[in-house]
Amino acid sequence: MWRQVLALIVKELLAVLRDAKSRSVLIAPPLIQLMVFGYAATYDLDHVPMAIYDEDSSQASRDLVAHFLGAPTFRLVAMLHSGQPIDALIDSREVALALVIDRRFTRDLLTGQPAPVQAIVDGRNSNTALLIEGYANTILSDFSTAWAVAHGGLRPPAVLDIRARYNPTLSSHWFFVPSIVALLTQIVTLLVVALSVARERETGTFDQLLVTPLRPIDILLGKGLPGVLIGLIEASVIIVAAVWWFEVPLRGGLLPLYLGLLIFVIAVTGMGLMISALAATQQQALLGVFLFMVPSIILSGFATPIANMPDWVQDLTLVNPMRYFLVIVRGVFLEGASLSSLASQYWPMAAIGAASLVAAAWLFRSRVT
Amino acid sequence: MNMASLRRLRGLLRKEFLQIWRDPSSLAIAFLLPAVLLFLFGYGVSLDASNVPLALVVQRPSALAASFTGAFEQSPFFRPQRFLTIQEAERAMTNREVQGIVWLPSDFDRRAVSGGNSPIGVFVNGVDTNNARIVEGYVQQVWAGWLAAQAAVAGRPAPLPIAVQPQVRFNPAVKSRDFLVPGLIAMIMTLSGALLTALVIAREWERGTMEALMVTRVTVREILLAKLIPYFLLGMGGMAASVAIGVFLFEVPLRGSLWALTATSALFMLAALGMGLLISSFARNQFVAAQIAIIATFLPAFILSGFVFDINSMPWIVQVITHVVAARYFVAILQSTFLAGDVWSVILPNAAALIVMAAIFLGAARALARKRLD
Repeated sequence: MWRQVLALIVKELLAVLRDAKSRSVLIAPPLIQLMVFGYAATYDLDHVPMAIYDEDSSQASRDLVAHFLGAPTFRLVAMLHSGQPIDALIDSREVALALVIDRRFTRDLLTGQPAPVQAIVDGRNSNTALLIEGYANTILSDFSTAWAVAHGGLRPPAVLDIRARYNPTLSSHWFFVPSIVALLTQIVTLLVVALSVARERETGTFDQLLVTPLRPIDILLGKGLPGVLIGLIEASVIIVAAVWWFEVPLRGGLLPLYLGLLIFVIAVTGMGLMISALAATQQQALLGVFLFMVPSIILSGFATPIANMPDWVQDLTLVNPMRYFLVIVRGVFLEGASLSSLASQYWPMAAIGAASLVAAAWLFRSRVT
Repeated sequence: MNMASLRRLRGLLRKEFLQIWRDPSSLAIAFLLPAVLLFLFGYGVSLDASNVPLALVVQRPSALAASFTGAFEQSPFFRPQRFLTIQEAERAMTNREVQGIVWLPSDFDRRAVSGGNSPIGVFVNGVDTNNARIVEGYVQQVWAGWLAAQAAVAGRPAPLPIAVQPQVRFNPAVKSRDFLVPGLIAMIMTLSGALLTALVIAREWERGTMEALMVTRVTVREILLAKLIPYFLLGMGGMAASVAIGVFLFEVPLRGSLWALTATSALFMLAALGMGLLISSFARNQFVAAQIAIIATFLPAFILSGFVFDINSMPWIVQVITHVVAARYFVAILQSTFLAGDVWSVILPNAAALIVMAAIFLGAARALARKRLD
């Protein structure tokens, strides 16, 4: 029996790998996507265009301006001489931040009044707006404390000493590149598995497969294992690129990573087989892949945290294998997470995998008979 | 276009509409898919952190320490948990039970009273960098508020001599949903538009009806037009449904004019359908078509369009690549028309880019279709 299943697996792999177009689609696009998305997926701010209107134009205000010019986060686009152009600059997105230093700035500083500084931010991208506000606040409070100390003010009773664990410079790449392992592995595995049965159905060879001595469970294995294999290889290539090209630290062991990867790929294969068993044509399979893949990526915690979702959406994500694998891959890469601390991620994924495989087997059987 | 051609086109259109009506799958892709996805994602996608689990470690309780930690307990951003030692808090962070730790060491009081600048240890889990930055910002806010309150109680001048007056234009409450829903609409319409056309032409090939069409006097242009018009109308219907959901369910303000929104949506829809037509006339193998559809539509519209990730912060080479993503222009237009109004300096250049993209996609689809029919 195993020899026959093996033969089917070899045949499946050949079917995907022999066609030059299919083969290149498995290798080149994921690597290109890794390169482009690895650099594109970032929440870091760099060279934010800003305008400054310095109404005060004094030693102190020029000092404050110098603080902003010295920060790599901001890039001065316009030094204004009136407040009028600000609206147009923000509207047209030429600047994302406009800083207005009030005429009373120096006077208030010297008399101990709170000296007003206006920070006008483009809120169309609310996340960028929050981050810009944060950066501007940091620069302003640095200036504040420096000024207070230089002018004999009181030191604040307590100061914050903020440190980020696992990712001290808070580099977005460290967060997103490991996540891309999950993203691309899921897409490739799903496509290979979900379209394979439908392709045979369309060309009529599925019926030939059915009259062989292979049982439905053997066909399932023969269809599923190539997907698992291709998924594992694809993921390994991306992991190597993440470590050597993007230089993301791989702090944990390969065992917790690959155990998670194996369970994840099996769970995704199960989902793919379910789609495959339900679809009569490749188009339906493609539609099924989209309908599963798009929500599973958007609601996985890839770009926006699951903790921010309302409870009923959080409950929905519990059946999404990618949700668990993202925690594993980020945990192993950055936190050096161990097998035991990830146990709570392994077993739900394994349960999803088992359930989807059983469902796929049942669907196959009911379709066959 | 002469009378005979018009008549043929009308016949083809009738056939397309009948097909759409009898096979509800394209109606589902046009209306149901956008509605369901927007409903799900509109609720699910949010960058507003609240109730962040935070560990508070106070090693020597005092009135001063209590006044500081009290500020966290009142903040809606945090759900503080008390730990007695820093080791226990660290363990909770390792197990992902808390996102950050605020630690007042045992000499906190003594140093605060004698000379100030008493250090408060703040550790955030930096794995999710964006969340970490937002949490840092919240902690700083709480700290600044506490400093001001302390100074006011003691009757001293404010410890930070600058009063920052932040003013977030267009979205004063900084709600991430108002920013994300317009982008979601662009992403979902890219998907629906490309899927609609990518599937229909392939279907004609598959059933062999394309050859049947070819032996008639119908021209390539008429076939493509007959495919484009019905799905364009369907797509615009889906767009209208999405905008309605965005405005009425998610209460995103629509400050621009409806006609500017409709006109730019029409341009975008042409580009999206053109891309679908191009994919379906280019790929002979459906496995390849599926891969191309995903590579060319969903992922770029998700990652390269400015929907969540700010394009200005990407490396320049990636910024160059984003210019071939139609969704990029539509996201910029939608974010402005929804939140800011009819900002022509944003709408016009982006609309021009959409016209160019639509022309290229439709022209290429036409050229490829002709070659294959000959």
